[in-house]
Amino acid sequence: MSIEVTNLQKWYGANQALNDISFSIKKGEIVGFLGPNGAGKTTTMKILTCLMPPTEGSATVCGLDVRKSPIGIQRLIGYLPENNPLYGDMFVQEYLNFVSQIYQIPDRQQRIADIIQQTGLVSHAHKLIKELSKGYRQRVGLAQALIHDPQVLILDEPTTGLDPNQIQEIREIIRRQGKTILLSTHIMQEVEAMCDRVIIIHQGKIIADNTTEELKRKVHAQERIIVEFDRPITPDEMNTNKIFQEVDMIQGNRLSLRSKDQEDPRIHLFDFAVSNKLRILEMYKEHNSLEDVFRELTHA
Amino acid sequence: MWSIYRKEITALFSSLIAYIVIGFFLLIMGLMTWVFPEYSVLDYPYASLESFFKLAPTILTIMIPAITMRSFAEEAQTGTLELLLTRPITLKALVWGKYLAYLSLVLVILIPTLIYFFSLKALAATPAMVDGGETLAAYLGLAFQAACFTGIGLLASAMTTNQIIAFISGVFMCFLLQWGFEFISKFPFWVGTWDYLIQQFGIDAHYTSISRGVLDSRDLLYFLTIVLLSVEASRMVMALRR
Repeated sequence: MSIEVTNLQKWYGANQALNDISFSIKKGEIVGFLGPNGAGKTTTMKILTCLMPPTEGSATVCGLDVRKSPIGIQRLIGYLPENNPLYGDMFVQEYLNFVSQIYQIPDRQQRIADIIQQTGLVSHAHKLIKELSKGYRQRVGLAQALIHDPQVLILDEPTTGLDPNQIQEIREIIRRQGKTILLSTHIMQEVEAMCDRVIIIHQGKIIADNTTEELKRKVHAQERIIVEFDRPITPDEMNTNKIFQEVDMIQGNRLSLRSKDQEDPRIHLFDFAVSNKLRILEMYKEHNSLEDVFRELTHA
Repeated sequence: MWSIYRKEITALFSSLIAYIVIGFFLLIMGLMTWVFPEYSVLDYPYASLESFFKLAPTILTIMIPAITMRSFAEEAQTGTLELLLTRPITLKALVWGKYLAYLSLVLVILIPTLIYFFSLKALAATPAMVDGGETLAAYLGLAFQAACFTGIGLLASAMTTNQIIAFISGVFMCFLLQWGFEFISKFPFWVGTWDYLIQQFGIDAHYTSISRGVLDSRDLLYFLTIVLLSVEASRMVMALRR
C-alpha cells in the first residue's frame, strides 16, 4: 500500500476538520479526492505530507508513519500545494536547482534538464517565475514536485484557475508519470478523465469510495429519456404495462422517463409508439453528470 | 542547511533590498561620523572611532530587523513556507540556514566601514596614534551585537506572517535587549544591590566591555547564548505554528 489512512481525525481547536476517515491507495493507483471547499481534502493532504500531525488515528506513506518518520516520507513524496506557492524572484532553472539540492539528487544538472523537458518548460527555463503565465507556473509547480522522482504524488487542485488548454496539458503531464497519485479537485470531469478511483469527502467524512467506473454506472442508472410525441399522452397511459420505472409529464406532449434496471428504454419507447400509432418528434438522453451525483451525495 | 543558506544568500544579494540597506547605512554612518559636527571624528580631540561605535548600535537596532523582517513572515504569507516544510529537511537546518545567510549579509554591510579606520590612520599625526587593537575589539563587539540582533529579528519574523509587525516587534526586542536592562537597572530601589546583575542581561554592558579592548570569555559566552536562544526560539515557534 502506498498510502494507508486509518481512523484519522483532525481537530482545529473545537472544530473537527476530519472525522474518522480511513482509506488506502495501492501502488500506481490514481485517486481523485473530491469534495466541496472545506471538506477536509487539504487537511488530509497536509497530514500526509507531514506538514502537521493528526489529532487521532494513523497515516502511513510507503509504510512509513507520519508521526515517526516525517523526513523519510518527505523524501518519497512530491507535493503541489493548493495555490502553487513559488519564489517569484527566482529563475525557473535556479528554483529547480535549489529544490534538487535539498533532495540531494545525484547528477543534478541532467535531472533538471530532463524535468524541464518533461514539463515543457524548455523555452522558459531562464525566465523569472513571476514573469510566467499561470499555466507555466503550474508546470514549474509540477516540476518541483517531480524532480526527485517521488513514489507518491500529492496534488492539491492541480488545475484550478487554468484555461481549458492548460488544463489539458497539465493533465497530460500528470497522467504520463505512472506514479501513485492522490489529487484533490472539485471538478468532476477531472476525475472522469484521470482517476481510477474516487473518494468523496464531505464535512470531514468519507461519503463514497468507488472506482470511477462504478461511479459512472451509478450515474447511468439514473439516466432519463426525454421524449416528445405528436399528441399529448398521460404518464399513466404510457406506463400501463409497467415497462418504465418512472414516467413524468414535463408539459403537453413531452415526457420524461426512466427505465427499469439497465435496459435501454428507447427500444420499449419505440415499440410503444408503434403500437399506439404515435410519432416521436424528439427523443434524447438527459445526461446525468458526475456533478449531479456529487451534489446528491453532498447535499444529503 | 547549506542549500537553504545558498538560496537565501542568492535571494538577498540579487534583490535590491540588500543594496538599499547597505547604501543607507553607509550614508547615515558616514554623515554622522565625518560630517555632522556633533559626533564628527574630525572635531574629536583624539584620533579614535569612538563616536562611530557609539552610534552604530542605534542604527543596527533599526536596520537589522528591517533586513530580517521578511525571512519567515514573507514565506509564510506567500505559502512558500508550507512547501519548504514538506521538504526532507529538519526545522533546525531551515532556521540555521536562514540565520547564517542573514548574518552573512549583515556582516558584509559592516565591512565597508573599515575604510573609516584606514582614513583615520591616514589623517592622524602619526599612524601609531590610532589604536588598532582597540578598533579590532570594537569591531568584534559590533559583529557579535549584530549576530544577536539578527537572531532576534529572525525570531520576530517567525512569530508572524506580517512583515510590518515583524519589523516593529524586532526593533522593540533589539532595543529592549540593547538598553532596556541598562535603564531598568537605574531604578533607585536596587541601585547598589542588583543593578550590576541586571545590566549584565543587556547587550550594552557586554558590548562596552569588548569595545574597551578586553576580550572576556564571559562576554563571548553571553553573545553566543543570545544567538543560540533566539535561533532555537525561532525553531520552536515554527514547530508550534505547524
